[in-house]
Amino acid sequence: MTLAFTPSQTVGPYYAIGMCRRTEHELAPGGMKIAGRLLDGAGAPIPDGVIELWSATAGAWGRCGTQPAGEFMFVAEKPPAAPGEAPRFDVLVFARGLLRHQVTRLYFPDEEAANAGDPVLSALSPDDRATLVAAADGDGLRFDIRMQGESQTVFFA
Amino acid sequence: MTSLDSPIVLPDDPSLGPDVQLDYPGYRSTRLRVPKRPLVTLAEELHSLAGPVFGEDAIGELDHDLTRQHAGEPLGERIVVSGRLLDDDGRPLSGALIEVWQANAAGRYRHEVDDHPAPLDPNFSGAGRCLTGSDGSYRFVTVKPGAYPWGNHENAWRPAHIHFSVFGRAFTQRLVTQMYFPGDPLFPYDPIFNAVRDPKARELLVSQFDLETTTPEWALGFRFDIVLPATPLENER
Repeated sequence: MTLAFTPSQTVGPYYAIGMCRRTEHELAPGGMKIAGRLLDGAGAPIPDGVIELWSATAGAWGRCGTQPAGEFMFVAEKPPAAPGEAPRFDVLVFARGLLRHQVTRLYFPDEEAANAGDPVLSALSPDDRATLVAAADGDGLRFDIRMQGESQTVFFA
Repeated sequence: MTSLDSPIVLPDDPSLGPDVQLDYPGYRSTRLRVPKRPLVTLAEELHSLAGPVFGEDAIGELDHDLTRQHAGEPLGERIVVSGRLLDDDGRPLSGALIEVWQANAAGRYRHEVDDHPAPLDPNFSGAGRCLTGSDGSYRFVTVKPGAYPWGNHENAWRPAHIHFSVFGRAFTQRLVTQMYFPGDPLFPYDPIFNAVRDPKARELLVSQFDLETTTPEWALGFRFDIVLPATPLENER
């Protein structure tokens, strides 16, 4: 038996009522701060998006709605790497205007050797690769997500 | 640019798939937000990553009943929305988190951004959550949401809908969608609904009136089954 999938629809501007009723941005209390901004094709902040971080290797998950300046913030620990891969978070982006969520990845800047050997990251051009590696920022990390434009974040299918 | 002054007429093209057209031109908010560059394809095995597991502690006692979360009952037509969460092989997905949110019966969301001049209801927050049962079943009690205007185009109105957020077991089973009500006269005018180009796929977003789950002297029943892609993880549990 093969049933047809239920199609996706946008979260719309009011997702916070249902999807962000409680604080879920701390994946690992006491961990490092991972902050960033969600930006549209004009470089303007997306104030009504929601970002989810997933890690299958750490069994970790969290989400954070974006603020008026497009900011989001997580408290998390670096997940263990899967064999032959660099450590990473899988990142989901939901927003008004996205009829289906987009999928990207966050890699760590202090993992140069592992990043160079990662099968997904190493298959990308240097410019594309750069969109997926967070930047060191004090004790934490910065990771901006650009939906369009010359430095558009790489999204996966 | 698609004109939306008249109903959207779509060809019944058998080549159309079940997917939503992400850059559907009638939906204005897509323009600066949908990635323009092609997606990078991941290897098949990376698609079966396990997702988060939510326990009973994620659910409050009245989270499934949106009509009993305040001192009084909300205004509007009381309804029961139920269905099953399945994978495309027909297997039930149990213990999965389903979250819903919606406008009240007057078409107003309890959200600071919603400035539609319709009344808020002090007895309605419009949010619910539950875990699916061992047979993949879920059930919410709520009131039927109202239609409401939005700024997408001249005289634009959203058909009545309930937002659903669903976690299956795996990364590829994450789904956010909207459930509509049968026979809504606004369907032909709504670019979000019509961004699903295949008419048969659009039908999967429309709940069905169900006499069996209609509770006598109390509430109408609507059924809405949700189907997610099967994952190899299924066989491991």
